[in-house]
Amino acid sequence: MVEVVVFAVAGAACLAGAVGVVLSRNPVHAALMLVMTLFGIAVLFVALQAHFIAAVQVIVYAGAIVVLFLFVIMLLGVDRAAELSLGALPAQRWTAAAFGIGGAAVLVWLVAAVDRIFQGLPSYCAEEAAKLGREAPSAVCASLQEAGALGSESAPTATNYLIDVSAIARSLFSDYVYAFELTSLLLIVAVIGTVILARRSGYGESAPAESGETPQEARP
Amino acid sequence: MTGDPLFADGVDWGDIGIMGIKIGVAFAALLVATMFMIWFERKLISDMQHRIGPNVAGPWGLLQALADGIKFFFKEDLRPANADPLVFRLAPYISAVTAFVAFAIVPIGGVFTDPASPGAVGRGGTVTLFGKETILQVADPPVGILLLLAMSSVAVYGVMLAGWSSGSKYPLIGSVRASAQAISYEAALGMSVVAVVIAAGSLSTQSIVAQQVGGTWWGGSPDDWFLLTTGIVPFVVFLISATAELNRPPFDLVEAEQELVGGFHTEYSSIRFALFFLAEFMNVITMSAIMVTLFFGGPAGPIFFGLTWLWPTVWFLAKVLAFLFVFVWFRATLPRLRYDQLMSLGWKVLIPVMLFWLMFLGLRQLVVDQGWSTLQKVVVVLGLSAAGLALGWSLLAAALRAAKRNTAGEYFEGQDPEAVTPTADAPTGSVPADRALAGASPGEAGPEGES
Repeated sequence: MVEVVVFAVAGAACLAGAVGVVLSRNPVHAALMLVMTLFGIAVLFVALQAHFIAAVQVIVYAGAIVVLFLFVIMLLGVDRAAELSLGALPAQRWTAAAFGIGGAAVLVWLVAAVDRIFQGLPSYCAEEAAKLGREAPSAVCASLQEAGALGSESAPTATNYLIDVSAIARSLFSDYVYAFELTSLLLIVAVIGTVILARRSGYGESAPAESGETPQEARP
Repeated sequence: MTGDPLFADGVDWGDIGIMGIKIGVAFAALLVATMFMIWFERKLISDMQHRIGPNVAGPWGLLQALADGIKFFFKEDLRPANADPLVFRLAPYISAVTAFVAFAIVPIGGVFTDPASPGAVGRGGTVTLFGKETILQVADPPVGILLLLAMSSVAVYGVMLAGWSSGSKYPLIGSVRASAQAISYEAALGMSVVAVVIAAGSLSTQSIVAQQVGGTWWGGSPDDWFLLTTGIVPFVVFLISATAELNRPPFDLVEAEQELVGGFHTEYSSIRFALFFLAEFMNVITMSAIMVTLFFGGPAGPIFFGLTWLWPTVWFLAKVLAFLFVFVWFRATLPRLRYDQLMSLGWKVLIPVMLFWLMFLGLRQLVVDQGWSTLQKVVVVLGLSAAGLALGWSLLAAALRAAKRNTAGEYFEGQDPEAVTPTADAPTGSVPADRALAGASPGEAGPEGES
């Protein structure tokens, strides 16, 4: 009962925030609506007992990324209501609507397909275990058994949460360490690229170029 | 260790009542502590400056904060015509709510030692309340100390949105400064928390405190405090970055009066201004409490006689009071930093120092976990640390030198347009174009050669 109420409230907040991001005319309001969606997702994570992911969601997404969005919006001074009626091609709207509906349909189909697989998993694991005469024949079944999804209905206890953090750390720094390090390398490359692209290379280059252009434009 | 024993056997109405009492008491205590802190700060600063300070309302001016609070309630609530109505109203509440929520994870007491059986690790920080075992903190979530980091990163929104939504220049500059400062120092703050988490092996504040408290009746020696077991560096970094996160002097550029009128809350008045004020002082108290929890054993201390549950709370409050004094002391003695000094302290000193220290602590933890011999310990920890330090320091020095050389180059290039500009305004366009080409070629060669 409590779970249903929490899910309904958090899901409604997520949806309202997502719709708000699209409909807000003011970029700052849109960013705040995005924060609301992120908080709703964090609450959903807590409801799924994934406390660490929820905390990281708030710290990284709400606390750092959207703050940087706002920072850029304020620094660039684009925080006035945007004029949206200009410049949109008529076909653009129809294409966007078609893509949106198509995307939603694919998403629903994916969720249904994954749900069907998960519904079938316990019986599949039981079958395979009976056939091979072992407890956990494949990795998927082993991890399911570990999580208590097969058979026993024991709720996760408090000690499981601590294991949750160290389990994430263990898989991050052992199985997925190359992906992890490559991602960080990619981020550094992106940062350096941004700095080089955005860097104003001294006054000596840009200012005379401007001062050289203005008389030329003024002449004709 | 984590989780409240109150909920171990399901939740009934009694548990909910106890939770309600806890939340109410924590809220009221924070409000009273805020009033006390305002009085304490004004009185202490006036003592340090040979003034009398508030002395009219109540004995020793104790009721001054209450009088100010009542005055705020009855003042007119102004909203600038340029302001964004919704966000302008929302911002003070974000500040106040995050300040309160962050305090929820602080254990303000609880018997960690058992006086009846010395030597045994005692009752796990619980007390008995209305016949039920519970912990003396509002919540002990599994993510524990991460909640503090989450709340301090959400608190940035309060300041930032307040400055933006005021629709005025000074608040906007103040809020941009504030958010840049908060983001910069959050990294150092988080890393010093990580040092404690490595030492404790847990995120839960309850278990962090429990590991700093010895099993004896005098609550263990201060040797067990993470202040010493992590080496004093994380504490110093935490103290400096917490002061910066709180926008307290000497890092109060957010509301530098000489430059920005009142900073982000210039346009606020009445109860909304009071909420910002409240949030600021609540945050000071929360950060002091967190420092006590992380580095000074929380409620650890000797339990003498009589009310065994009361002594830990007394020790906790005494330690927090010491830190409140330190914050006031900073304000009374240290001049405000310049903005570039603030940034270079954060990025060039605190973060590199903390990165190195984390590597050192990680190596030490590895050696302890692997159970290596003393020789291996010395070779691995000291050798690798020294090598890492030398490498990191030389990289940093090289980067700083390159940065200095680049800024020097830009300075010289910056001289050029000033010389060109007067001629550029002249009607003959050909001369400045030539000058511009001549000026552009060294400017282009410079950055390319360096990068």
